[in-house]
Parts: sequence; structure tokens; C-alpha cells
Amino acid sequence: MHEAAVAENLLQSIIAASTEHSDKKIVRVVISCGQINAINDEAMQFAFAAVAEDTICEGAILEIKHIPLKSQCRKCKLEFDFDFYSPTCPDCDSGDIAIGADAPLLLEEIEFEEDD
Amino acid sequence: MKIKVNKKILAKNEDFAVANRKFFKKQGLFCINMISSPGSGKTTILTETIKLLKNKIRIGVIEGDLQTEIDAERIRKTGAQAYQIETQGACHLNAEQITNALSKLDLEKLDIIVIENVGNLVCPADFDLGEEKRVFVLSTAEGDDKCAKYPQSFAKADILLLNKIDLTKYLDFDIARVKKDAMKLNKNLKIFEISAKTLEGMDNWLNWLLKSSKKK
Repeated sequence: MHEAAVAENLLQSIIAASTEHSDKKIVRVVISCGQINAINDEAMQFAFAAVAEDTICEGAILEIKHIPLKSQCRKCKLEFDFDFYSPTCPDCDSGDIAIGADAPLLLEEIEFEEDD
Repeated sequence: MKIKVNKKILAKNEDFAVANRKFFKKQGLFCINMISSPGSGKTTILTETIKLLKNKIRIGVIEGDLQTEIDAERIRKTGAQAYQIETQGACHLNAEQITNALSKLDLEKLDIIVIENVGNLVCPADFDLGEEKRVFVLSTAEGDDKCAKYPQSFAKADILLLNKIDLTKYLDFDIARVKKDAMKLNKNLKIFEISAKTLEGMDNWLNWLLKSSKKK
């Protein structure tokens, strides 16, 4: 359950990025993650809701984007999104794959409530 | 109103990891981060490694566990320095904890720092501690399907220690399968087959450790 630690770090990142708008409530947060981060959506939502209680993020919607990991088969040159749970070429079944760089865990966007 | 942020969520951990890495380089210390399930034999590998290299190199250990000093005490019995981090329930170590632990060791008397992470195959993978090499320990009793089940941890390791190979004759553990699966996830992975109990295969691991630490 590293999602709990990620959620705490996320909350700190949101607070740090929102200092100029600290009087506003946050309604939506967008994060993205790579494949190696192994973020489970359900666990992440649960952890974020828990740490967000009594903060400017309470009740905010969390949107989680999973960024595919680009890879290429060294044998048949097919380019495809790498799946760690099925680490072979979907076309020729070769296990000789050039795996690209994985995306980091990123806080992308914060949406605040609109003024009345 | 929306604002674009695009900042790394684990930036604070990364900042500490970068500082640790710089510090190790400056001090001429070789640091490894050991990751495995509970019970894979990390602490036994360390106590035997320390004993076998006693006259060649000085190893200090930072232990991570949810609670108890049990592992640090096992290391201290060999005569080596050890500092225990009790995470109070957290399932992995972070780089800031390592920064704090470093002040508890007499670093002038050390060549290698081994961080024994909390036993867990998932969470430690995401947290860079500033180590130079990441060592994954898999013991034969855990089964030969772990690459398929926990691929992220294998993908991020530099070394795979296959421990308890003395038990393979009693188990359905296919060493060739593990090696093949692991290499699919990580082309650069170095694999050593060892038994920390019978000391079979330990030479290759010890030679790698000595050679890597002397490059510093």
C-alpha cells in the first residue's frame, strides 16, 4: 500500500502549489503515473480521500492517468505499449524487447472552485 | 479556475535521494539497497557476507523494519555497525530516513553501507534511497512465479540474489524459468545463485561486492 505514502506526498505537493489560492477550495486534481509506479486506482482513491479530510482537498475528485510505457521488439521491430505482466512481443512473442523510459509520478493539474 | 503544475509527486524523496547519492560519492562509500519479501534471508545473507569479508572490507547496515531491533542486533553480533529504523507500520523506507540514519553511524570506519529495506516486493520499488545499486533477493521457497507477479521490482534491480538454492531439491523451483523471466524484464540484471546457509555460490556475490565497492 505505497499509495498511502504517495497520497501524503501528493497532498503536500498540492498545498505547496496552491499557496496563491489558499482561500479557494480544490474541486479536482489530475495526476499521472508510469507503469513501474504500480499505482492501484482503488487504493490511491481511498488513500487520497483519507489524507484529504479536513484540508483544502477534502471532497476533491482525483483523476489518475496511466501513461503507457513505449517499447519496441528487437526482433520484428514492432512498436507497442509494454505490459510488465506480459513482457513479450504481442506479434512475434520474442522476449527481446527494448523498453523505453517510464513516466514519473506527476501532479499535473489542480482545479479550484469558481467564484460566485 | 485550473492551474497546470506538472511537478513530481515524490520530489521531496528524490531531493533527499540525490543528496544521499552525492554524500556517498564524496565519502567514498558504496551503498546498496536490498529489497525482498519477508523471510527471503536478507539478514542472514548480510551476517554471512560481513563475516566472510571481515578482513577485506568494512560493512555497516541500516535496517528497516516495522518494529523491533531484532535485525540490527543480529548484525551487531558480527561486530559490524548497524542502525535500526523502525517505520511504525510504513511498508518501505524513504530517502529522508536514510539521511537521518547516516548520522547515527561512524562513517569514517565504513566502506560499504547496506540498506536492508522493509520486507515487501511492491512499495520499496518506488522510493529511491540514493543507493548506487539495488539488490533484489528472491528465495527458492517463495516460488518461481515472482517475476510475473512483481515485475516492477525486478525491472528496477541491478542484482538478483537467488537465495536458499540448497533447498531447490525439495521444491518445485525452476531456476532457469526465473532467470529467463527476469531477463525479459531487465536485460542488465546480474544474477547470483547462493545459499547463505551452506555458503554455496557466495564467492561470486562477494567478488562482485568487493569489486564494485573498490571502484568508488
